[in-house]
Amino acid sequence: MKRTDGSLARDWPAGYHRIPFWLYSDPEVYEREQQRIFAGPSWSYVSLSAEIPRPGDFKRSIIGDKPVVVTRDKDGGINVVANRCAHRGVQFCRRDFGNTAEFMCPYHQWTYDLKGNLRGVPFRRGLKQQGGMPEDFKLEEHSLQRLQATERHGVIFASFNPQVPSLEDYLGSSMLFYFDRVFDGRELRVLGYMRQRIRSNWKLMFENIKDPYHASLLHVFLVTFGLFRADQPSAVKMDETGRHAVLVSRRGEQKASEGTSEMKSFRANFKLNDPKLLTPVKEFPGDATVVMQTLWPNLIVQQQSNTLAMRQLVTRGPDTFDLLWTFFGYGDDSEEMTQLRLRQANLMGPSGLVSIDDSEMMELSQHGIGQYPDATAVIELGGRDARDEDHMVTETPVRGFYKYYREVMGL
Amino acid sequence: MSIDPRDLRYERYEVEELYYEYVECLDDEELERWPEFFVEDCLYKIIPRENFERNLPIALMRCESKGMLKDRVTTVRETSVYAPRSLRHLLSNIRIKGNDNGQLRVQANYAVLETLPDEETRVFNAGKYVDLVVREDGKLRFKEKLCVFDSLLVPGSLIYPI
Repeated sequence: MKRTDGSLARDWPAGYHRIPFWLYSDPEVYEREQQRIFAGPSWSYVSLSAEIPRPGDFKRSIIGDKPVVVTRDKDGGINVVANRCAHRGVQFCRRDFGNTAEFMCPYHQWTYDLKGNLRGVPFRRGLKQQGGMPEDFKLEEHSLQRLQATERHGVIFASFNPQVPSLEDYLGSSMLFYFDRVFDGRELRVLGYMRQRIRSNWKLMFENIKDPYHASLLHVFLVTFGLFRADQPSAVKMDETGRHAVLVSRRGEQKASEGTSEMKSFRANFKLNDPKLLTPVKEFPGDATVVMQTLWPNLIVQQQSNTLAMRQLVTRGPDTFDLLWTFFGYGDDSEEMTQLRLRQANLMGPSGLVSIDDSEMMELSQHGIGQYPDATAVIELGGRDARDEDHMVTETPVRGFYKYYREVMGL
Repeated sequence: MSIDPRDLRYERYEVEELYYEYVECLDDEELERWPEFFVEDCLYKIIPRENFERNLPIALMRCESKGMLKDRVTTVRETSVYAPRSLRHLLSNIRIKGNDNGQLRVQANYAVLETLPDEETRVFNAGKYVDLVVREDGKLRFKEKLCVFDSLLVPGSLIYPI
């Protein structure tokens, strides 16, 4: 519903420690998110460079709910174009990956080069002096829609909006530091894909990875084996706007502490039959063993022990999103390190010993939230403001996210 | 080498029994029995066809020993938090593709139906088993079991083994 001045006719209490539930189910909110967030001046993750290494390589990707194609042209440059023929709108690219000299729309065979330039139109001059395109029809006026594209250390981002700042300014120095920690310029090696459709609003995924509170309570696996727990040295940090964040922590041991008495999921006696699953090795500089980075508006960079993954969010309406997991390692990984990454992937994905809890909880959340649009969430752990903290007994990054969200959405 | 068709028929009967018993165990949610269908030194993976065909090694579940199978069962039973559900496996086209020194290469198609609270039954996962079957203590068991599934996109979470 809109007011006569065009604003959404819904109320949101002042501040960002109360989140109204209509944000998670209202189609008008979803539409505005597509326009202002996913088509706004933001950098959306679309691909790793290692997925399209050779000239002519392409990959289908999605920003918000809009299909795009990421290509590497014959000069080695990265291009991101809308997956929509300039003629009649056909989604011309249906293969997830491939290598080609040109794209041809199957409907009327308009052909484009890998930069998105229209190269040919059948019957342009007509047939037997009949029909054809008007004399003033110009190929160069009918290219594929080109997006802004940028790459940093093997990670490709794109934007529908030409006003987007440089990626470095967009991330800010604090977030750039953590980004470069995983993406240090080494060649990346893709280990494979997982994908799941979660029937909840996309924002619940970001809230989940911006909320270290739940991890110490919900996830028996993390808590018991000390992979991520509130009594360990930890930090939560954000960029200046609050839109990006990291949760940083250091692995502890499977032993009781002052904190574990409040964690019902701590199991002092739980032993694995095959401990190979949890024998991580240190590979990054510094003390942190887990860094979960959330980058506005569609990316989670996962580094938990030796399992690394991009989690790309694809919105599918107000009450559904897809989570696209791309697991990777480095080109110079030893065979042993690759085995560790593959083994520890058991923690993550649609069957993850940890992440199952999250995908299930997001769907349960939507079941509760969706039918009660006028109720609100209480986000007060650690205060009512949004600032960096050197502990994880806080929901401050969730407040940071909604502080920025409110500004962008004009709500 | 000559092949005695009577032996093949009996082998086929034994293999089919193994598969029917295996899916029955999962449908009846007798998860504690599930690792017993495998030899100690085994490999179990659930892997999307996209990864399998492109030789990308990531799997949704990856158990490299009977111990890891048991750990999976423990987490499903005791540590994971999820909505209750029931699953039903449909099997077809069980084929013995070859015999490498007593290791049978077996493939079969499967479909798993899932029923969640407040929901209609849906097709949850479909694919093929690509397996190595061996005889241990007179009983056929899986040395290797790959569940290669067709749609990369998993509806919700894949909690129980397939």
